Amino acid sequence: MILKRLAMAIPSLIGVVIVTFLLTRALPGDPAAYFAGPAATPQAIEQVRVKLGLDKPLLAQFGRYVADLAHGNLGTSLTTGQPVVTELENRLPASAELTLLGLFVSIVIAVPLGIVAATRPNSLIDHGCRIVATLGVSLPVFFTGLILVYVFYYLLGWAPAPLGRLDVFYSPPPQVTGFYLIDSLIAGDLETFMAALKQLILPALTLGIFSLAPIARMTRASMLAVLSSDFVRTARASGLSAYTVIITYAFRNAMLPVITTLGMVFSFLLGANVLVEKVFAWPGIGSYAVEALLASDFAPVQGFVLTMAVMYVMLNLLIDILYGLIDPRVRLEA
Amino acid sequence: MTDIAAAPRQEGGLGALVRHARYVIGENPVTGFAFALFVVIVLAAAFGPYLVPYDPLKSDTAVTLQPPSLPHWFGTDQLGRDIFSRVVVATQLDFTIAVASVVLVFVIGGLAGVAAGYFGGWTDRIVGRIADTIMAFPLFVLAMGIVAALGNTVQNIVLATAIINFPLYARIARAEANVRREAGFVEAARLSGNSEWRVLTFQILPNVFPILVVQMSLTMGYAILNAAGLSFIGLGVRPPTPEWGIMVAEGAANIISGEWWNAFFPGAALMVAVFCFNLLGDGLRDLVDPRRRT
Repeated sequence: MILKRLAMAIPSLIGVVIVTFLLTRALPGDPAAYFAGPAATPQAIEQVRVKLGLDKPLLAQFGRYVADLAHGNLGTSLTTGQPVVTELENRLPASAELTLLGLFVSIVIAVPLGIVAATRPNSLIDHGCRIVATLGVSLPVFFTGLILVYVFYYLLGWAPAPLGRLDVFYSPPPQVTGFYLIDSLIAGDLETFMAALKQLILPALTLGIFSLAPIARMTRASMLAVLSSDFVRTARASGLSAYTVIITYAFRNAMLPVITTLGMVFSFLLGANVLVEKVFAWPGIGSYAVEALLASDFAPVQGFVLTMAVMYVMLNLLIDILYGLIDPRVRLEA
Repeated sequence: MTDIAAAPRQEGGLGALVRHARYVIGENPVTGFAFALFVVIVLAAAFGPYLVPYDPLKSDTAVTLQPPSLPHWFGTDQLGRDIFSRVVVATQLDFTIAVASVVLVFVIGGLAGVAAGYFGGWTDRIVGRIADTIMAFPLFVLAMGIVAALGNTVQNIVLATAIINFPLYARIARAEANVRREAGFVEAARLSGNSEWRVLTFQILPNVFPILVVQMSLTMGYAILNAAGLSFIGLGVRPPTPEWGIMVAEGAANIISGEWWNAFFPGAALMVAVFCFNLLGDGLRDLVDPRRRT
């Protein structure tokens, strides 16, 4: 089953590679002139054209692009002179830590909210859940971030300045996973752990609020469906406690559709991540891409788009496999 | 036989639709409120530039970063421009971007989806493949990549927003066309000697149309959010043009030092607009297709 699903991811990956290739060739103007720099002579431009293989037919260029990808070569950033792959590698943990914590925050809030809303339909908390869900999708993620900064940094002074992963007074923990929270715990440095956590809370909360809506909505809808099913009625009639019925019987079954919506949630999260990183000056791959974009430095942007797409395909793959493991029915059908 | 259930909508004529609309709005006052808000937004987009008290581009160094006051309802920004005037004038650009991108994807995605659902076969496979490929990207990231590759202009923001919504429209149109492909009235039209294209244009399209219109109003909010997000990171719209996303970006620096109004009002305008479109979309869906009500 897993092998079959793995095979299904391959067309998506091929599509992603073709689209990113087309994006590199769609650059406005002559790419050779662009890569040669503004002061280049016609001969120099021609040299660059031959060097980059731009004089070859499109199919040959595509072959070369794929070969480069296979060697892990995403080109070089014009502004920093660093290979794009190295930069992305260095910055990926920052983005991953933020995104995963954001997802964690939204699950921790949204799932209980959805359950309570479903067990008491049309109650105050149900309406509250609906309002939160509608507001969550209406709030521009960068706006939520700025409001949180204003309230918790400027007004209350609880949060540190929104300037990166760690206050300047601290040095990053020795790198093991690249996640500051985990690395500082490994190093046994609680002070750095707290400092990193303080920096993380606001951006993670921003992401959490943004992705809360689909999870809360789906939890509520699927809990409502499960709660009205026969086996829940039987469980209730057998005199099981409300807790056992809701958590053991209903919740476990209601979680399955919620897991499938995680794919969409990740699409939101990875996009919103870029905006949140800009608001909080977070040194992740999103802000790297934005900086490069503003400097018209295209190799990092394309590397970023490709990395994100590949990660997204992999995440969807993981979700599907997880789903198959949790729900044996999917395996039987396949 | 599902198509019979969908038919009375046309038979009742305009009067029935208005009655039904009044009923839905009466049932759900929120939709009425959203519609009133929508009218305000459209008016601001149409006449905003003629109504505002100050020139949205004129800076006045004597009154930089003033908090909201009677002469300046929303305060002034770092160059002394009146934020209220800028927020109102920006409605036009944001609204135009959203409408243009939604109309574009409505036409392209709708036609591609209807063709895929009606003809099936290769058409279906190609459209499905394109939609799947777009869905393989986190959508905002793909929009960034498209604008970066095609050039940093407002037109490309419209195009990118349309492209990332393509799978949604194509899939809905495909499903709706597919259901009606073998329907009685379509068979009848075919038997009376209409060509496939004629059947597609005069039998299938008019039936898929209302469902796609609902989808348009549901995606308007997302389109505005997406466009504002792109301009927030510096794509498309350039300063000093008043636009909500870029105004929030300009005001972001002042948040840390406490001048909240510079970013707050354009952000709040954006939020209200998106909220209004989402509510309106839900209301319109109830109107056209009561079965999908949640």
